[in-house]
Amino acid sequence: MSEVLLRVTDLVAGYRPDLPILHGINLHVGAGEMVTIVGPNGAGKSTLIKAVAGLLTITGGHVEAMGHDITKVPTEKLGEAGIAYVPQVANVFTTLTIDENLRLGAAALDRPLAARRIEEAYQRFPALKSHRNHKARALSGGQRQMLAFARSLLCAPRLLMLDEPSAGLSPLIVQEVFTELRALMKSGLTILMVEQNVKAALAISDRTYVFAEGQNRIDGTSEELTQNQEIRAIYFGNAGAGNSASGDS
Amino acid sequence: MSGFSIYLIFFLIIALNYGIMGLGLNLQWGYTGLFNAGVVGFYAIGAYGAAILVGPDRDYLIGGFDLPWPVAILGGMALAALAALIVGLATLRLREEYLAIATFGIALSLQLVALNFESLTGGANGLVGLPRPLFHLFEDSTTYNLFFLGLVIVILGIVWFGLELAVRSPWGRLLRAVREDESAARSLGKNITLIRLQVFVLGCSLIGLSGGLYVAFIGFVSPTDFLPLLTFQVWAMLIVGGSGNNAGAVLGAVVVWALWTMSGLAISRVAPVELQSQAGAIQVMLIGLLIVAMLIFRPRGLIGEKTGGS
Amino acid sequence: MLQAIADGFMSGAIIALGAIGLTLTMGILRFANFAHAELVTAGAYIALAVLWLTGAFMGPIGPFSFGIPMLLAMVVAMAGTSVLALTIDHLVFRRLRDRSGHMTLVFGSFGVSLVVRMIILLIFGGAATYYSNELQIAMRVVPGLRIMPDQLFVLGLTVVIVVALHFFLQRTRLGLSMRALAENPELTRVNGVDTNRVIRWTWIIGASLATIAGVFYGLTIQLRPEIGFHLILPLFAAAILGGTGNVIGAVIGGLIVGMAESLSVLFIPAGYKLAVPFLILLLVLYLKPTGLFSGSAGGAK
Ligand SMILES: Nc1ncnc2c1ncn2[C@@H]1O[C@H](COP(=O)(O)OP(=O)(O)OP(=O)(O)O)[C@@H](O)[C@H]1O
Ligand SMILES: [Mg+2]
Repeated sequence: MSEVLLRVTDLVAGYRPDLPILHGINLHVGAGEMVTIVGPNGAGKSTLIKAVAGLLTITGGHVEAMGHDITKVPTEKLGEAGIAYVPQVANVFTTLTIDENLRLGAAALDRPLAARRIEEAYQRFPALKSHRNHKARALSGGQRQMLAFARSLLCAPRLLMLDEPSAGLSPLIVQEVFTELRALMKSGLTILMVEQNVKAALAISDRTYVFAEGQNRIDGTSEELTQNQEIRAIYFGNAGAGNSASGDS
Repeated sequence: MSGFSIYLIFFLIIALNYGIMGLGLNLQWGYTGLFNAGVVGFYAIGAYGAAILVGPDRDYLIGGFDLPWPVAILGGMALAALAALIVGLATLRLREEYLAIATFGIALSLQLVALNFESLTGGANGLVGLPRPLFHLFEDSTTYNLFFLGLVIVILGIVWFGLELAVRSPWGRLLRAVREDESAARSLGKNITLIRLQVFVLGCSLIGLSGGLYVAFIGFVSPTDFLPLLTFQVWAMLIVGGSGNNAGAVLGAVVVWALWTMSGLAISRVAPVELQSQAGAIQVMLIGLLIVAMLIFRPRGLIGEKTGGS
Repeated sequence: MLQAIADGFMSGAIIALGAIGLTLTMGILRFANFAHAELVTAGAYIALAVLWLTGAFMGPIGPFSFGIPMLLAMVVAMAGTSVLALTIDHLVFRRLRDRSGHMTLVFGSFGVSLVVRMIILLIFGGAATYYSNELQIAMRVVPGLRIMPDQLFVLGLTVVIVVALHFFLQRTRLGLSMRALAENPELTRVNGVDTNRVIRWTWIIGASLATIAGVFYGLTIQLRPEIGFHLILPLFAAAILGGTGNVIGAVIGGLIVGMAESLSVLFIPAGYKLAVPFLILLLVLYLKPTGLFSGSAGGAK
């Protein structure tokens, strides 16, 4: 079996120590895989990603990345551990310019390297370069998502965690975002992604975890889950209609 | 009656009157999370308002309406409510700390009015020689004080009972929701700003009530009774007793006022004359330390909120 | 009239320096710090203490009432006040920040303000003092307007500080991190920024500017333990008027508040002067609660 980049074991975590949201999550992400997490609103998908990112109180279990225990590693050291994270909402600084967003994302690097990576990011996302001195508040939803990607790549992560990158975007833009994700995968990045749209998630990913009420209920390869009766009943009965955007605000 | 019990009666009148103020503050902070940094301002309005309404007509003063005490105290409360309304309307729809800043400001401004608007407030001398309610019915001041203690206890009881009813009503159950999770409360379709405004105005009129009672008891008002320190003292009372709990608010008033008077007594006995002012500064500093230490180490106070939700 | 405007500029500059630190803490640490104004007092008195120890060495420079020792004292006091601010943060605010709603922080700062004020009163006594007993000769600029050289120095230095701070916030990594933290603390950490370090620098900058404000206050008016207490409202009024988190806004807000205070005595009895910031505050909150220049860093909510 290939190298495991991320392994979450019996994770118990929440926003307050006395009120856990996750009740023992187990999952792993292998090198080069694209793994998605799906599940109803409030299932704890975002909470899992935030817990791995070190933003929450972990009261049980542990998180390992690239073979190191990162359960207690603070969020600001995540980049050093080789992980990047793009939050579900508010994933860019709207009061900063695009250039400033990127400079901030590269602030942990030494200056010449930072300048080089930012230049690479502009080459990858030319639309950003032409707006570089505009405030990010002026960007469209798709452009913001691209800026968030660009920023997260500056520290050359091995694992990218994305929380609903398609939320609130029009179907056309969603296609662009997913195309970009495939390109990132080809370049060797491993991706753990939360996705509301189960069909799209199964189509794009290697393996999928289904969350409900703070636990991972079902998992398997995308082919297995597409055949799974329970999944079909839950998701393709009602949610199969297409690109319904996330209800989050 | 022994000197001690005479003093005890006096002490309890003041302390329990602070208890009324504490109940008003508890409604604001303990139940609803509103931080009132200008307690003394609303207390002063209640006091001055009552004094102006009850006072005898004097030609060098604008006020002096010779009204009966109950009317005067209610008038003082109404004025405190009005001031609360002005500040509340400006701030309660905004970030929470704006209320704290604005209440701090109104207290400071009212202090200036008390000092400078001489034809209304008597300036630095204050308003003296006010008739004390029913004083003529009693032979000596000790029995009068006993009567007044009874009066304060009855009023405290009424306020307490009323507040207990209020916080148990559907309206009262909303308060905690407003305090803990604004968006949840809003999603219930409730007008958060309006509820906050109601709480703030009601709390401030209770603080004004306590100001009116204080004047009724001592028979005069002067600016020295309304120094900013009082705000800190009342806050110390609430946080020591336990916010979110009416019994805590009253208990805190008695405990902190006892500590304050005893430490003051100890200083005047023990500290040499030339160090008295330093000792006074230490005493005030301890109030600040008490507030900070309670917030850090025992935020629930001696008896905190009953339900263990938060 | 002319004199009142000049005086308003002067006190406005002092308010502005205090308000910058306050607006930064309100934007970045996200609470209204009632104890910030006490840093002004603390800075002024620490400088006095340093001066007592060193002041005998050198006389005043040029037309000013102070010399090298005063400037040295100010720098030492900036460091001392920063240490004080960091200590308070470590002992009080950090603990409250970690676990409770942000109004508890406001409450805590209210208690801290009393403690700091009383400690200063205990150490230095309640009487008004001065850095120097030398009388300074005011210059007659035009008829009806007298300005002391110290006042000009204060105004000049304020301008330099504001320009430097603006440059710092726009150009440096630390300044960028501060603006980011004001907008979104979580995302700032996700970006790999050590937010505790940024918070420390916020305190250091705020405390240093407060010290400068306090020293200027002591130079041009006098030293009293209540300096801070009387500045609480003007500082808040200036910060909110300028838009919370907005440095340039705080400076303009400070000048407006200082000017309004100074001009008010032409219309209302001087006894009510201290209420002017409150009236400005009410006006802003009723008419434009986001302030005149909202939005540049960490908006009103
Ligand atoms: N900041 C927070 N503080 C407290 N509780 C929270 C917070 N954010 C989310 N929760 C709670 O945690 C639970 C899980 O939320 P989470 O955001 O992880 O859901 P999700 O699976 O990402 O759903 P969605 O599809 O809506 O994004 C929910 O019950 C939610 O109410
Ligand atoms: Mg989510």
